[in-house]
Amino acid sequence: MDIFANLWLGLSVAVTPINLWWCLVGCFLGTAIGVLPGLGPTATIAMLLPATFALEPVSALIMMAGIFYGAQYGGSTTAILVNLPGEVTSVVTALDGYKMARQGAAGRALAAAAISSFFAGTVCTVLIALFAPPISEMAGQFGPAEYFSLMVLGLVAAVVLANGSVFHALAMIVLGLFLGSVGTDVTSGTQRYAFGYPDLADGLNFVVVAMGIFGIAEIISNLEEGGDTELEVAPVKGLMPTREDWSRMIPSMLRGTTIGALLGVLPGAGGAMASFAAYAFEKKASKNGHLLGTGVIEGIASPEAANNAGAQMSFVPMLTLGLPANPVMALMIGAMIVKNIVPGPTVMTAEPALFWGLIASMWVGNAMLLALNLPLIGIWVRMIQVPYRYLFPMIAVFCAIGVFSLSNTVFDLYIMVAFGLFGYVLKKLGCEPAPMLFGFVLGAAMEEYLRRTLLISHGDPSVLVTRPISAALLGLSAICLALILLPAFRKTRAEAA
Amino acid sequence: MLRVSSSRDLWAGLIYLAIGAAGLWFGWAYPMGTAGRMGSGYFPKVLAALLIGFGVLGVMRSVTIESPAITPISWRPLVLVLLACMLFALLLEPAGFIVATAVFGLTCAAASQQFKLDLMSLLGLAALITVCALVFVVGLGIPMPLVGPWLEPAVSLLPFKR
Repeated sequence: MDIFANLWLGLSVAVTPINLWWCLVGCFLGTAIGVLPGLGPTATIAMLLPATFALEPVSALIMMAGIFYGAQYGGSTTAILVNLPGEVTSVVTALDGYKMARQGAAGRALAAAAISSFFAGTVCTVLIALFAPPISEMAGQFGPAEYFSLMVLGLVAAVVLANGSVFHALAMIVLGLFLGSVGTDVTSGTQRYAFGYPDLADGLNFVVVAMGIFGIAEIISNLEEGGDTELEVAPVKGLMPTREDWSRMIPSMLRGTTIGALLGVLPGAGGAMASFAAYAFEKKASKNGHLLGTGVIEGIASPEAANNAGAQMSFVPMLTLGLPANPVMALMIGAMIVKNIVPGPTVMTAEPALFWGLIASMWVGNAMLLALNLPLIGIWVRMIQVPYRYLFPMIAVFCAIGVFSLSNTVFDLYIMVAFGLFGYVLKKLGCEPAPMLFGFVLGAAMEEYLRRTLLISHGDPSVLVTRPISAALLGLSAICLALILLPAFRKTRAEAA
Repeated sequence: MLRVSSSRDLWAGLIYLAIGAAGLWFGWAYPMGTAGRMGSGYFPKVLAALLIGFGVLGVMRSVTIESPAITPISWRPLVLVLLACMLFALLLEPAGFIVATAVFGLTCAAASQQFKLDLMSLLGLAALITVCALVFVVGLGIPMPLVGPWLEPAVSLLPFKR
């Protein structure tokens, strides 16, 4: 079987000492920031990006991936112990998790979360290995028209499934695409919107933009929410789940994994929607469903499996099609571009070691988290109690040094300040900035594909709808947009948000 | 008389309008080309025009839909955090990394309502500067001068050779 040969190749890459080390660093950092209030995976990865440029591409991606799924683990730890979901994906975990902790079963609750996540991670590694190659191969046949339509679909789907106003999300995408055109035009070599600044000739650096919006603006709005509060941490003892726990957990884990894997591949859905859907389904499907919310183990196992499955599966569109399903994936695509790897279906054939190494590392990383998390619980508990007022100046300093180090110029710092201000304004106006980042990352490629499409067709845009695959992709985008206008769908979406 | 019921949409719409208009204005000279052979101005100007469209719709929405009022701007963190970054950028090359980071850290920390200048915070800041200087400047070799030209005269007075 090919899949075993491929996974074997991946494992041989993932377990080299250097990659094991970066995987461990990623998982540790990820858990830490998942636990720390007010610092999420997007800001952390943006901050660390410049440092990863010195690494081999595969090590860099393995570490970033570790940060991403590690944050899910860390987020659930705080949800269970102090009722503070570190990430959106663990909001529902807090419902039963914190209740269990209050009833003196914090250890079993944490174990249930870790085991379910590990189970889901293992299943999804196999699923990715099974499904990524055929998707890549299919996409490998795509011409420029199909690519253009695929990107349209990716952007539209990200909007439909994200939260917040659809109107503003669409506007944000257009704005992101527009900002992507700053700099030297590849085809003609003319400079656009550079205003004579040589620093702008290469365009706006997406790390600088991300750091302004997810680093600086985030700090400002966190400070706005007021001061630190004293936290009461539930004591942790008795980590081993009982026999009864196991028999109640396993069906919930399976249900959660299935729902997470299905929803995770959709752009924009990722972990948050998966965990909400899994919890809602658990209420109906489990024989203890009526007890959900009172502190039962099913209420942890199912959403935790779902959010980890969703997080893993969101790598599928990124690895096979070069489409970001969430801001972290957008940053990983950006990192690949910096490393001269063209994101998209060619990654699998051109860089098999990187592709399979990354996939195998996710399983290794999940195993590490299971081993790391429970024994180190004492460290995480202490970390929860770090007050934000000590934390945020450090975050800001790391952001600034990171931005400077990209091209060793203070010019980028001013750009970061500008986007920090802009990000804060957007937040005030209720405009979600993530779609802007998606548009920004895909802008240059989209322009290129549109150009090539129309060059081949001599300026006739109808090829986009006469080529069957392209037409299907655009049709799907239209359906997505139409769906969102339906009142029934709107209502569900608002409830999930 | 029209009443603005969603000031969020009004402002967002005006921002889209302004950026779109700026895109067209500054991009006016970029060649459009034809659809078959796009010039460098084609894609950005189409997007700028779309943004203007979104801007107009946004302004129209502001009188037709209801949305919660914009929460008040918290000036203290906004001004201090952004100012801190600007100061870091201004001071980094002339005054050097140590001074720039100290000013940055203090200005930034002052953005918190619970900020107080005690020994612990100063020690923390000193530790942060030391770690960053060792890791980023000495270790990773990022070209930031530890001590900039402004402070050279003072350093040269020190009784040991650098």
